Amino acid sequence: MKELLKLYWVFCKMGAVCFGGGYAMLPIIQAEIVDKRGWAETEEIMDYYAIGQCTPGVIAVNTSTFIGNKRAGIPGAIAATAGFVTPSIIIIMIISTLLQSFAHITYVERAFSGIRICVAVLIINATVKLWKSAVKDKIGLALCLAVFALSAFTDISPVVFIIGSGLAGYFICKWKGAKK
Amino acid sequence: MMQLLLLIFEFFKIGLFAIGGGLATLPFLYDLTVTHPDWVNRSQLLDMVAVSESTPGALGVNMATYVGNVIAGPLGGVATTIGLVMPSVIIIVIVARFLEKFKDSPVVQNVFYGIRPASIGLIMAAAFVVIKEALMDIPLFRETGSFTDLFKIKSIIFGIILYIGMVKFKKHPVLYIAIAAVVGNIIVF
Repeated sequence: MKELLKLYWVFCKMGAVCFGGGYAMLPIIQAEIVDKRGWAETEEIMDYYAIGQCTPGVIAVNTSTFIGNKRAGIPGAIAATAGFVTPSIIIIMIISTLLQSFAHITYVERAFSGIRICVAVLIINATVKLWKSAVKDKIGLALCLAVFALSAFTDISPVVFIIGSGLAGYFICKWKGAKK
Repeated sequence: MMQLLLLIFEFFKIGLFAIGGGLATLPFLYDLTVTHPDWVNRSQLLDMVAVSESTPGALGVNMATYVGNVIAGPLGGVATTIGLVMPSVIIIVIVARFLEKFKDSPVVQNVFYGIRPASIGLIMAAAFVVIKEALMDIPLFRETGSFTDLFKIKSIIFGIILYIGMVKFKKHPVLYIAIAAVVGNIIVF
């Protein structure tokens, strides 16, 4: 029970500060789950992200469920997810009842022009850290750059890239094994 | 009561079919304005995208809460959110079981050998979109054609200072977000 409450609380805090959707959660997960608590390895977070992108649902929720499930099974998954969505529910309810045009208040607009820059830099910083654990050889580098270019400049769904690169990984390893 | 169940069901469907993150829920929400015009209209949804992006939390969850709240008050907001996240929780728990069992199998390891770098590529592409928005001014560049207009110099300088601060002091991301919110109000970007 104590573990579940802790999961709920940690994810509630993360939900309250995760501005800008799923990718913005990455640096916060890294700080809170990997560095501070050691609940998961960087590689695991990468895998969860990859799976979260090709399974249905919101990526941040999928990642919360994964980590909660790893810590405390199904109740953990539910506790983590419930924690993550709690701040959203409370904040959105307050805003939608009190202020119809919250996003157009000058202070909020200006704060967000700053926050957007910060989120961009946080994501760059997270990417640099992840890079070291994900791109280990030339094949990895080629895959990474190819996916980056295709994803940045076309509208192909992430699902296609994850499935394609999974197949590529399988066949490359098989081919390497055969060569030995 | 019936309406709450219907809300859970409609958002369960959205949660089940929207693959690839929060923005993927948007087309399904637009679809709701057609199938249930009495629930929510398109301009309300557009307003909500702006609010969702200015509040913490996942976009899909924020949108679901908002729509539910508009239709049936606070209980509606809770119902839609539960509906939206239910498929994720079920599917991820199953996938996690499977992974746990086959973690050490060479097939799974080979598949992830390919997926990990690809996943980083996808994150880089998402980062690129955010960077374009935050640090570059492409419409102005198209208009003037001058490279000095392509980059938002003030924003880039602030970004570099933030980056140095992050690498050097390694503080929690929230601190930098709070600083950026304050700085955004002092220097208008």
